[in-house]
Amino acid sequence: MSTPPGTPIEVDGLSVTFGSGAGALRAVRRVGFVLNRGESFGIVGESGSGKSTVLRAICGLAPVSAGQIRIDGAPVRTPRDAAFYRRVQMVFQDPYASLHPRHTVDRVLSEPLAIHGFGDVEARIEQALADVGLGHGFRFRFPHQLSGGQRQRVAIARALILEPSILLLDEPTSALDASIQAEVLNLLDALRRRRDLTYLLVSHDLAVVAHMCERLIVMRNGETVEELSRADLRARRARQDYTRDLLTASRGFVREPA
Amino acid sequence: MSAGTTREWLLSDHPESRRQARLGQAYRTWSQLRANRLAMVGLGVVVLLMVVALFADLIAPFDPLRGGDLRTERLLPPSFEHWMGTDDQARDIFSRIVHGSRLTLMVVALVAVIATPIGLAVGTTAGYFGGWVDIVLMRITDIFLAFPRLILALAFVAALGPGIENAIIAIAITSWPPYARLARAETLTIRQADHIAAIRLQGAGSLRIIWGHVVPLCLSSVIVRVTLDMAGIILTAAGLGFLGLGAQPPQPEWGAMIAAGRRFLIDFWWVATMPGIAIFVVSLGFNLLGDGLRDVLDPKGTK
Repeated sequence: MSTPPGTPIEVDGLSVTFGSGAGALRAVRRVGFVLNRGESFGIVGESGSGKSTVLRAICGLAPVSAGQIRIDGAPVRTPRDAAFYRRVQMVFQDPYASLHPRHTVDRVLSEPLAIHGFGDVEARIEQALADVGLGHGFRFRFPHQLSGGQRQRVAIARALILEPSILLLDEPTSALDASIQAEVLNLLDALRRRRDLTYLLVSHDLAVVAHMCERLIVMRNGETVEELSRADLRARRARQDYTRDLLTASRGFVREPA
Repeated sequence: MSAGTTREWLLSDHPESRRQARLGQAYRTWSQLRANRLAMVGLGVVVLLMVVALFADLIAPFDPLRGGDLRTERLLPPSFEHWMGTDDQARDIFSRIVHGSRLTLMVVALVAVIATPIGLAVGTTAGYFGGWVDIVLMRITDIFLAFPRLILALAFVAALGPGIENAIIAIAITSWPPYARLARAETLTIRQADHIAAIRLQGAGSLRIIWGHVVPLCLSSVIVRVTLDMAGIILTAAGLGFLGLGAQPPQPEWGAMIAAGRRFLIDFWWVATMPGIAIFVVSLGFNLLGDGLRDVLDPKGTK
């Protein structure tokens, strides 16, 4: 895989507004960040903070009202072109909603190959399944024959089958139970190292982000609160009150000594 | 391969090929349908209609169009020789009903083949794109919905001449709008789903998404609706025949047969009653089958 030039993702002054006039909802306001190649970058925030909308805006599922998004140094085009989809792929939050209920795993994986005219379909599908730890026995199953964790593995395989260099992860483990969460996170970590992928991970779970990401931003009400490194997070060095509150909340309930 | 292993092969959780996965899925649907006794009665009626239509020449004991001796064989009551009696042209009513099944099946099949794809295409396109496309397509649908079937059939008959073909066209043109509405409503909920966003992110075009991802999810509810509408379509075709706008004499269309028998309903009841029973049974069969299919195919049902 040749490494494209420029920074993988550069977001500058991004704003997303849904609707117009009095009913307009400003979901994201002037958010900016830069990712380095091979890095895992996190966006943390509570529900409704606009963190998922940033991902959706990057891949063209949400309208960009202001600001600029650059992928590998070049501004993205609207609508996104085929080259964009081969470079950037996304894994969705809910594996029960992100797989078509009437399509087998085989169909799910072969369709992107057909769209982009890849050859060698058989080998690629087998390889993609093996990469995410699913055997041949899963290839012709329907989603309702899979568990949540297996479904998410299929979704990851689908995102990786086009060999993208950037993966957008929208709360990839929040719909899974705790033991499966760790499995999927470790899988994602291993895949990143093996394939030199760049991750943009969105989560409300500080523990997940601390485990996965080198750097992160905290978002609230569509705005960036602050940017932290993993070391900052581990040492609980937050400059803003809101981030401190989040850190406290993530520790869970602690009984006050009497 | 014995019966037991075939079943296991179909129900396997580890299908080895595309074909096995698809057949297994079909087998599961079929098992569910088979558990519904009324649906199986409906399916039996529909299959019987097809068999009778296919082998009409072998089943019918007499010529459906040319009767016997007009002096001695007119309006005979049901007997061992003429199971359902004879009509005023001395034709065997049983033979006419058997041959009439072909016309009924033709109406049903052609209307389904014409109206379902139109309805699906219009509805899913309108629902998927939204905005102006939706407004324009749905207003066109409303215009077609505003046509009364019989009046449109009259217009067709006036323009193209009476006949079963023109009746079919008229019925098909007036029956697709409900399917378009249904498909659009389904599409509106489906297009928000993550799996549609996922395939868009894979770079799929609108046609591929609508045809490969939206239509399969709309199809089951539309099929159920079409099956339930079949009874209405048969009745409309019979009604057109009754008014003399559909099948023309001497074609053995069931509605036209009732119209012919109406004149001597009091004295020779079997002439109008027998085709009436045929229409009743076939309509009921389609309704029962449609109900059963709804229980099995409805994506909102428990699965």
